[in-house]
Amino acid sequence: MSGATFMLNGRSVPFKLGQSILDAARDNGVQIPTLCYLKGLAPSGACRICLVEVKGARSLMAACSTPVAPEMDVNTESARVHEARKLNTELLLAAGRHDCLLCEANGDCGLQELAYQYKVDGSSFPRRDDFHPVEDINPFIVRDFSRCILCGRCVQACNQLVVNRAISHGYRGKGSKIVTGGDNPYHQSDCVFCGQCVEVCPTGALTEKKLRGQGRPWETKRIRTTCPYCGVGCQMWLHVKDNRIVKVTAVEGAAPNDGRLCVKGRFGYDFIYSEERLKTPLIRENGRFREASWDEALNLVASKFGEVIDKHGPDAIAGVSCARSLNEDSYQMQKLFRAVFKTNNIDHCART
Amino acid sequence: MTNSFVDFAKAKMIIVIGSNMTEAHPVAASFVKQAVLAGAPLFVADPRRTALADMAEQHIPIRVGSDVAFLNGLMNVLITEDLYDKEYVESRCSGFEELRAKVLEYPPERAAEISGVSAETIRTVARRLASVKPVMLMYTLGITEHTCGVNNVLSCANLQMLLGNVGFECGGVNPLRGQNNVQGACDMGALPNVFPGYQRVDNAEARAKFEKAWGVTSLPDKPGMMIPQMLEGLPSGKIKAFYIFGENLANTEPDIRHVEHCLESAEFIVCHDIFPTETTRFAHVIFPAAAWSENDGTFSNSERRISRVRTASPPPGEAKPNWWIFREIARRMGHKWPSKSAREIWDNEISVLAPSMAGVKYNRIRGNGLQWPVPHEEHPGTPTLHKHRFTAGLGALVPVDWTPPAEVPDSKYPLVLSTGRRLYHYHTRTQTGRAAGLNDLLGEETADISPIDAAALGIVHGEMIRVASRRGEVKVRANVSDRIPKGVVWMAFHFREACANWLTNPAFDPVSQTAEYKACAVRIEKA
Repeated sequence: MSGATFMLNGRSVPFKLGQSILDAARDNGVQIPTLCYLKGLAPSGACRICLVEVKGARSLMAACSTPVAPEMDVNTESARVHEARKLNTELLLAAGRHDCLLCEANGDCGLQELAYQYKVDGSSFPRRDDFHPVEDINPFIVRDFSRCILCGRCVQACNQLVVNRAISHGYRGKGSKIVTGGDNPYHQSDCVFCGQCVEVCPTGALTEKKLRGQGRPWETKRIRTTCPYCGVGCQMWLHVKDNRIVKVTAVEGAAPNDGRLCVKGRFGYDFIYSEERLKTPLIRENGRFREASWDEALNLVASKFGEVIDKHGPDAIAGVSCARSLNEDSYQMQKLFRAVFKTNNIDHCART
Repeated sequence: MTNSFVDFAKAKMIIVIGSNMTEAHPVAASFVKQAVLAGAPLFVADPRRTALADMAEQHIPIRVGSDVAFLNGLMNVLITEDLYDKEYVESRCSGFEELRAKVLEYPPERAAEISGVSAETIRTVARRLASVKPVMLMYTLGITEHTCGVNNVLSCANLQMLLGNVGFECGGVNPLRGQNNVQGACDMGALPNVFPGYQRVDNAEARAKFEKAWGVTSLPDKPGMMIPQMLEGLPSGKIKAFYIFGENLANTEPDIRHVEHCLESAEFIVCHDIFPTETTRFAHVIFPAAAWSENDGTFSNSERRISRVRTASPPPGEAKPNWWIFREIARRMGHKWPSKSAREIWDNEISVLAPSMAGVKYNRIRGNGLQWPVPHEEHPGTPTLHKHRFTAGLGALVPVDWTPPAEVPDSKYPLVLSTGRRLYHYHTRTQTGRAAGLNDLLGEETADISPIDAAALGIVHGEMIRVASRRGEVKVRANVSDRIPKGVVWMAFHFREACANWLTNPAFDPVSQTAEYKACAVRIEKA
């Protein structure tokens, strides 16, 4: 049924059958704010921020979980809609301890954005202050329940996106809490520290421990690259401040990983800053390594190889390339072996 | 892989054999699990009950090293019950009669005897695999790291061709490559028999082409040595100078004691690395290399996708890009190479010389990269291989026999040691061991053993035990787990002290020279 249309803020626009109001609006260039929606997953309708006015409907509708019907008349920015979003933002703010000064999500927080947009600070309601204690005993993820708005994104990402099924909703009512099995801390649960929950968290409830104090979102630039671990080749953003990677996130919508990373890809980047890195060429002399200049080391290697070739022939040299390094590096090495040394004794660990 | 990761989550039915994907390829596993949530039946053939097996319709706990027997058993059922894809086999494959004759020697009862799973299971799985089209098959090193590794791979291909599953989206034969750029290192010709783009060194035309491009004469025409032969060449004196680029052979090769003896006897060893390793101890010269995020260049993943790698920060001290180091050595030996950056190397040399990558240029892979073959610059890349017809013409069905591992348990070494990788570390921990936090999640090696073997020896979970093979012995903590079948010890090679490679057997597949990391005989005792 192509060609179906509906009214969006007074405009007749197309939609795909089965599409939610939120998705159809996005396709037509209209952003409806939301804190719980995750693209591609079943909508939970938890945050009540995406409310819109549908003509003829008794109450406001959650755009994420309401399918569009032909000729439906939707207003995403009416006074009634704004009033409701404002109220719901106020309630969310009052239900937590959303002080932004030390929050790692500052500048990259869905709730902060809404507070700014709707000019509310949560002061119209009594503030809650009885929170589950902060959990930061694992090496990677800090869980601050006072900043959790129970949107359920982490639950959805864990169960439906990476399907690790470690996180779920726990308890009821005022005692509601996002929990891992038996309400144990992350490191004593089925959690495998892929960090997908941190990536989707719209507030500062889940943040990266390694990032603490390392840089604000607006201080970092993003560089797209490919993960250095397994053969999946996940696409990642390196968040770089002053020439230093402070965080790694997945590239949404990119092939092959479409927004996912694993524990090594997300948290295993900082080996490059280890003090144990090799920093100068080294030459072994009398059983010990001493520092050498590039010229000295390169000349030594070139003359030694030349000597071996002269004395024993090119096939007395053998080499293994690196399956971790760049294509261009392997190309150069096999070229050196074939074109300069004149041997095909070049291999790498694909077989071992 | 013949297919792409994007197929995984959409697959209608999946069989995974010899792949502990949730630990070794976690993101790929997430797609498989999504397929299961969407209703795709999953079959997991693995001696261990892996995490992925928990989501399977059926876990098929085959014995270590029995893959060919199990797969031949499946194919026996497909043929005897007339369940295979006749039209596909007739029109697109060759060698059916020979394959048929061979698999008829493997009735389910015989396959069951070898593989340890029941004949009924083999029949059920074969029927289920024939009930849906296409089925997607994935494998990893559980298939290849055997003395019969090549035959294991051929068997996987035989099964998928017999079912008519190769050449379609969500089908195919899909080996998950272990390392980030092991596909690329192959593609680039870091192999003894081929130039970049798999052009054979014993082909005069190919040599002439590379001679012209590189401005040299008389490129060597005989395939060179593979790693195991290189190592053996050190003590024998056949190899005088050994060049090791970014490999930690002293931890990753089977039988560490022997490997170190080989390295020790080398006249001259050059290493490039980013850290001192167990291997650089044997070097005469060590070059400090720029690391992953200190370089511009490309990686090629399992699905043949060439993606960009970009520089985030400069290398420490005087460390340099590896391509630069090779260029400098060439220069000092009288060869002036024109390309002065990774981009120039790719755009002006690799893509010009490798026809399957001719259409890949840096300006085309800013975003998602391209999957080779990409024969020209307007080509969108190839997510699925062998569509409509096999690249080689007909798909070759190759009959293979089951052979046992080179070393099987006996009264002195009654258990099978199988090895692999764990989630929180990568290989010899050169990288992950220095990334804050990962050691906290996994700080030492364990020997994973079954509750039955543990009870028989009075070993309790967490106590130190000794694991010994004919080549060595390690002291390691016992991890008693019901995911491990009786008779199997499972270990990784992440930690030097209790590295599985002190124990593993340097027996190799005769064709691929891949070592049998997945099977050797050991005994365990309380330490």
